[in-house]
Amino acid sequence: MTRLNAEEMVLNMGPQHPSTHGVLRLKLKTDGEIVSHIEPVIGYLHRCFEKHGENIEYQMVTPFTDRCDYLASMNNAHAYAMAVEKLMGIELPERVEYLRIIFAELQRIASHLVAVGTFGLDVGAITPFIYCFRERETILDLFEMASGARLLYNYIWIGGLAHDIPPGFVEKAYEFLDYFDDRVREYNRILTGNKIFIERAADVGVMPPEVAINYGVTGPNLRASGVDHDLRRVQPYSIYDRFDFKTIVGQGEMGTVGDCWDRYYVRVLEMEESAKIVRQALDQLPAEGDVQAAVPKKIRPPKGEIYFRSENPRGELGYYIISDGSNVPFRVKMRSPAFCNLSVINEIGAGWMISDVIAILGSLDIVLGEIDR
Amino acid sequence: MTEAAIYDLLAEKFGDKMVEFLGEEKTPIAVVQPAHMHEILTFLKTDEHLQFDSLMSLSGFDLGGAEQPLGVAYHLHSMSLNHYFAVKVLLEDRENPKLKSVSDLFRTADWHEREAYDMYGITFEGHPDLRRILLEDDWEGYPLRKDYVQAEFYRGMKIAKEK
Repeated sequence: MTRLNAEEMVLNMGPQHPSTHGVLRLKLKTDGEIVSHIEPVIGYLHRCFEKHGENIEYQMVTPFTDRCDYLASMNNAHAYAMAVEKLMGIELPERVEYLRIIFAELQRIASHLVAVGTFGLDVGAITPFIYCFRERETILDLFEMASGARLLYNYIWIGGLAHDIPPGFVEKAYEFLDYFDDRVREYNRILTGNKIFIERAADVGVMPPEVAINYGVTGPNLRASGVDHDLRRVQPYSIYDRFDFKTIVGQGEMGTVGDCWDRYYVRVLEMEESAKIVRQALDQLPAEGDVQAAVPKKIRPPKGEIYFRSENPRGELGYYIISDGSNVPFRVKMRSPAFCNLSVINEIGAGWMISDVIAILGSLDIVLGEIDR
Repeated sequence: MTEAAIYDLLAEKFGDKMVEFLGEEKTPIAVVQPAHMHEILTFLKTDEHLQFDSLMSLSGFDLGGAEQPLGVAYHLHSMSLNHYFAVKVLLEDRENPKLKSVSDLFRTADWHEREAYDMYGITFEGHPDLRRILLEDDWEGYPLRKDYVQAEFYRGMKIAKEK
């Protein structure tokens, strides 16, 4: 009688695999269906962002930041612009600040829509994905109106914006918000409370808060673990202290605090909060103001260094910029949120089945563009 | 606590293991001796008045030139007390830069140290799995060093020159 083979098997998931959200390879050690170890292999999308940054002028780095987290280009450029502005001590016109908030929060909604939709897709629900992309298209229409592009905008410049919003933009934005108000109820009906979805997501891949903090996990993933930490609140940058919104924290309604379902639901509720911020910003938007008024003719920050971080849809995005006083950055380091969020996967994913690893990876909402940079 | 107050506390405890405090930077940062960096970071993490439980970022950098050193900057944040501090070390030895790993204190450091090794060739002693992370395993040289010379070929493929 032949014995069953009882050794562990190494299974390569990726680099080309639809559920890896990009070009990511996971080396899984499997014992039957159970995964005992996960080793992410990254770098397939490395485009030398930091090396490029050291060879081009400050304002030329902005389009490169767009391409890092390509689902949240506005937020990337926003953080980079704020970092350089702080280094140079630039004061912005009110109108620029408000418009930036509007774009950053719309981008957050768009990014979370992709996260929510693709997470549904990962666990086998196709319809919500189509719904989410329908809404995202409307947001991209707004971005196209303002910047001319739908994915990579180069719209937020150091010291201002590329150009002012066109006539009719504000009305269109209000129209979108009115339309979006009811959408979250729709996602909840089709996905959030769905029995199969809950079975797949609740109690799976629980991330305890101390693990999350130790691994540097930030953003919705950290908040889903029950940690009330949102940079827009904790260390308000730009003009976030003027808006009324809630920090969404995971409650463990369907299972344990910090499971996949919580990570999903935090994003759903955050979209509502972002919509609230956009509405307030539109209400308060100053009618007058030149968006190019504070754009410097020459960008030469004084000698020095800065670490600036902001709350991106995926978590804390940090820029560490060293200036030697010239018009070219001496060092640009990007601390990307998804890089840290992915590093936790072995900790929370080992011991689960292969299909659960897909759900856990989907719930972390990674973008390989900013992991590999 | 403000950065200056934290530095005073450290200077009192560690004396000349701290080199200097750059308070005029936009992000104030303390320079410490590389040999004592791990000890100081352990104190920052475990002291009850400081409680720096989160390492936001670990960045390698190169000040350039033949005599200028490489370095590593650590940006810390305390989730519970909500304050910030930054520490950096300068490594004089360009040929064989060595530093103690802090991945035992902060798991964030695991991948970030691999990245610093990948880009600057800084060896982190005590790191569980120190190898390249973003570049190919057989890549030659450390691209973010200021004296890096771009190779002409990689596995027989010509590498396009930047202008």
